[in-house]
Amino acid sequence: MQYMLEILPSLLNGLKMTLGVFSLTLLGAVPLGMLVAVAMKSKLVVLRAVTNAYITVMRGTPLLLQIVFVYYGLSLANIVTLPRFEAAVVTFILNYAAYFAEIFRGGFQSISQGQYDGAKVLGFNRIQTLRYIVIPQVVKVVMPSVGNEVINLVKDSSLVYVIGLGDLMRAGNIAAARDVTLVPYLLVGLLYLILTITLTYGMRGLEKRMNYYR
Amino acid sequence: MLEIKNLAKTYEGRTIFKDLNLTIDDGEILTIVGPSGIGKTTFLRILAGLLEADTGTMSLDGKALALDGNRSGADVGVIFQDFNLFPQYTVKENIELAPKLVAKHTPAAVEADSERLLMEMDLTVQQDQYPFQLSGGQKQRVAIARALAMHPGILAYDEPTSGLDEASTQRVIDVTKELQNTGVTQLIVTHDLPFAAALNGRIFDFATDVER
Ligand SMILES: Nc1ncnc2c1ncn2[C@@H]1O[C@H](COP(=O)(O)OP(=O)(O)OP(=O)(O)O)[C@@H](O)[C@H]1O
Ligand SMILES: [Mg+2]
Repeated sequence: MQYMLEILPSLLNGLKMTLGVFSLTLLGAVPLGMLVAVAMKSKLVVLRAVTNAYITVMRGTPLLLQIVFVYYGLSLANIVTLPRFEAAVVTFILNYAAYFAEIFRGGFQSISQGQYDGAKVLGFNRIQTLRYIVIPQVVKVVMPSVGNEVINLVKDSSLVYVIGLGDLMRAGNIAAARDVTLVPYLLVGLLYLILTITLTYGMRGLEKRMNYYR
Repeated sequence: MLEIKNLAKTYEGRTIFKDLNLTIDDGEILTIVGPSGIGKTTFLRILAGLLEADTGTMSLDGKALALDGNRSGADVGVIFQDFNLFPQYTVKENIELAPKLVAKHTPAAVEADSERLLMEMDLTVQQDQYPFQLSGGQKQRVAIARALAMHPGILAYDEPTSGLDEASTQRVIDVTKELQNTGVTQLIVTHDLPFAAALNGRIFDFATDVER
């Protein structure tokens, strides 16, 4: 018990990093994913081709590799050198936006043509139709799948160790190696669990709040 | 007044109609009848600006209506067969959304208009309910109110009696007559012949009055 309290501050420090990566990724990836999903429905062939290629690459290669590529690769190729944290967040946003875009695309497909027709004959323009009619319905439809990705993101955030960022997982690793005990891992697991359970309940609450209509 | 001249439509090389001419006077009810698959809905979608026509002209109160299926504005009010109400908005919000965001009327004007329409369509009790909580007839009256809120030059209905029982059908007849008395021009597509007769308006038979 005494030992747990001793290592807790360093774990909480790591948790801060984990939460930072997590929340910035969500903040960036959800809107970007929505934009990409809208672009996928565009009449412009080029735009559709670009978004398709982007999604194929992001979903078709490991996130771990993408992090390494953005942090070391871009620097070695003399394109841009991002600090560790920024590199991690940028990669996570790009990666998760691709998954969100796929989810949102499915959501858009579930909206009937009648909703677009109804909006059009009332004079709504394309942006108003998306903003006020279609996207609110899409959000409701995709909520459960988005919830899944949110939980995945919590766990995936541990991948930032690969470029030496001190997240929760890494804090646990360090303590375990130093003190030759598995106790830090138990605590780390517990903290992840608290995080994912809280988020699960939060997402369920959001889903419920959108259940006022069918 | 709605004036349509020499309207033609083909789907992938198949001619649906090649010379459609009709006029509807202000405050008139024109009922379009014809067997299934003859092109009634196709025509209504062209009139509504949702579908492209090949050739012809359409004008409403002297103003040309675009044929390219990319029209903006709300000159033609449409009551779709399955209504296409917006499920996430209440009855009142469904009616007020376009006047607020598209016509950009003042909040007071929007409110006054929707109160009147709710009253006219006998929806005051349902005003805060969501579409999934309404009966078919109620949904239809919301669709009518929603269209009227934009003060269209004509109101077009597609099969307004499909899925309605006798009492609700009578209700539709009453509503159209009340609207006629307030000067609303109406076009009603149906293959329900007793209903068409009861509307007591001019009948346009797609099977005989259109060149194909
Ligand atoms: N998107 C489309 N592509 C090709 N053909 C179509 C399309 N939509 C409709 N059609 C054809 O056009 C014809 C007219 O269809 P429409 O829906 O206008 O008929 P309708 O008179 O409204 O029939 P109903 O009384 O059954 O509603 C039909 O033969 C149909 O197969
Ligand atoms: Mg039809």
